[in-house]
Amino acid sequence: MDNIAGKKSGLTIAVNITVFLLVLIWLIPTVGLFVSSFRDRDAISSSGWWLAPFSTEQTFRGRGDVESVSQDGALFVLSGNVFQDPEIAPAFPNGEGDIVAFGDSGRAPGEYPAGEVADLGDGETLIVEANGDYLYTVPEDPGNRGPRYYVVASTPPNFTLDNYRTVLSAGGMGQAFINTLTVTIPTTIIPILMAAFAAYALAWMDFRGRAFLIAAIIGLLVVPLQLALVPMLQLHYNLGIGQSFLGIWLAHSAFGQPLAVYLLRNYMIGLPRDIIESARVDGGTDFQIFMKIILPLSFPALAAFAIFQFLWTWNDLLIAKVFLPSSEEAKVMTVKIADDLLGSRGGDWGILAAAAFVSISIPLLVFFTLQRYLVRGLLAGSVK
Amino acid sequence: MNPVFQGLITIGIGVGGIFLYFVASNALLDKVLFPAKGKNASRNINRANTVRPWLFLAPTIIALSLYLVYPVIGSFYRSLFNRSGDEFVAFSNYTTMFASSEFRTAFWNNVLWALVVPSVSTFLGLLIAQLTDKLRWGNIAKSLIFMPMAISFVGASLIWKFVYAIDPELGIINAIRVNMFGLDPLDVLQVAFWNNLFLMVILIWVQTGFAMVILSAALRGIPEETIEAAIIDGANPFQIFFKIQVPQITNTIIVVFTTTTILVLKVFDIVYAMTGGNFNTQILPSYMMQFMFRDDGRATAVAIVIMLIVTPVMIQNIRQARAEMR
Repeated sequence: MDNIAGKKSGLTIAVNITVFLLVLIWLIPTVGLFVSSFRDRDAISSSGWWLAPFSTEQTFRGRGDVESVSQDGALFVLSGNVFQDPEIAPAFPNGEGDIVAFGDSGRAPGEYPAGEVADLGDGETLIVEANGDYLYTVPEDPGNRGPRYYVVASTPPNFTLDNYRTVLSAGGMGQAFINTLTVTIPTTIIPILMAAFAAYALAWMDFRGRAFLIAAIIGLLVVPLQLALVPMLQLHYNLGIGQSFLGIWLAHSAFGQPLAVYLLRNYMIGLPRDIIESARVDGGTDFQIFMKIILPLSFPALAAFAIFQFLWTWNDLLIAKVFLPSSEEAKVMTVKIADDLLGSRGGDWGILAAAAFVSISIPLLVFFTLQRYLVRGLLAGSVK
Repeated sequence: MNPVFQGLITIGIGVGGIFLYFVASNALLDKVLFPAKGKNASRNINRANTVRPWLFLAPTIIALSLYLVYPVIGSFYRSLFNRSGDEFVAFSNYTTMFASSEFRTAFWNNVLWALVVPSVSTFLGLLIAQLTDKLRWGNIAKSLIFMPMAISFVGASLIWKFVYAIDPELGIINAIRVNMFGLDPLDVLQVAFWNNLFLMVILIWVQTGFAMVILSAALRGIPEETIEAAIIDGANPFQIFFKIQVPQITNTIIVVFTTTTILVLKVFDIVYAMTGGNFNTQILPSYMMQFMFRDDGRATAVAIVIMLIVTPVMIQNIRQARAEMR
């Protein structure tokens, strides 16, 4: 029985490796965004994010310090440390680093390895030690302008929160974050309550037209929301709601109904009939049964739908573009990213990454903490 | 007023209002209209029970008819009028649309999306569900592959914008091209035809987790005996998978496939954020957004086309549900 034996060894290793690779492929894009959001503009443009945890080699230029000049016979000697140079110091906040190579022209900035005396011709010599100390010897008085030198320094991994600071303060993302919350929270809570009552009626009350209503709700599950955009916006304007938060609250609450009713009904119909029958026999009205028995028992389904609705309204771009005003102070994060940042800040990847991460952080948090309910909800909705 | 406070007040009014509606309407029914006492007590109880379902259903029915049923008619009606909506033009919005090459590009691209995305994500989902089933760290793997589900399409687009970036110091694809194969960097989103597939990758990345979760549950629901019997009969793992497991979950596979297809027909975010429909990557939902706010007549005409494409699936779903209810 080589298949049973095979299952234990070779195949298991192959499966492990395959799954590991798949997970890696799935994670790389998000990790790239996450790492990039902590890197400043220079770091992003000088090396790939996959090199971010390692030191990178970067070229800097500075000038010999004329204050330090001393005369040695016919020669003038400038000395100092490149990490004190006003042009280089900002990149090395600790005042120390590692020089790999140096040179005297921008074309070959790393011509000579660190610690080696370089003969630059015309009697000029330069030596830069690995710790940044340099001696620049020139035949003429440099005056008040020191001679140029170039160094290749390995910069330690540099992570910063500046992108997040910029995004949250200046970019308008802070306001957009609050707007997203303003859209999301009412439209998560209100539709649940509406749908719970309807789902109970469709699951446990007998009346004519019930089958038709259930079929209608299943049909409405797939109606493209695109259809609603033009007529409903028109109606909102006619009613005086226009493009506003009130409008998007109404729209999201209504659009969430088919899935909410469907999920909750599927769950409620699975509750034990005995409980409901005996409550009826004891004289409980449907309203009491619903409030005291069904609602508490349906908590897992309510939680599942709440997560769905939250993720959907938080992540929505279409409805927000149409039903909210396009003014700056009413923009939600998805609109802000899609319309403003992707357009105008196309070049500033650090800001873009930070903005994206701000917008996906809350859904990811919800996802990882409440995944159990989400999976249960998905299953209730699809495997039936 | 600050929208945050408005939001809080809305939650209060909304939740309180709905609650009050249910309490008050039920009280009205039981205490005033049909009180369960006096000489008509039993008849009143019956009457109250006939009316009550409709009290429970009223808010949902109103919301659904207004926001999802009326728009089907409203959109169709609007699509028969011109840009400003004051002149009846019959089907001229449709004829102009069908004649435009951009619509045809969008339509065929959409067909491609509707074929590729559901097939690939269902296939990958099934594969991963099966592979992770026996692994000790399978649940962690599944959770990580499921994660993109929580990310917005805009966020996902941005994430992939980094992957596809032309700069080899930024985009991992071009980094591999340049550093490992010595090729020139390339803007993959401008490569004709293939750029559509690169956009689809984003949706596949998001949707595979969904397929995986559902198919994984379906695989676990398969009776253990059927697999054991196959092992005893000497079937190899591939035969078990394709001949024993897959045939038993065909229905779930179809559900996953159609659910993803419906989604594909509605997602405009990815194309909108990545290419804006340029370089021949237009699809119907993003094509519609080009006309939104500019020419409502043509925008609604596109919406109706999307609706027509979805209709067969809708009918099938209803049929399926009715069959299961019996």
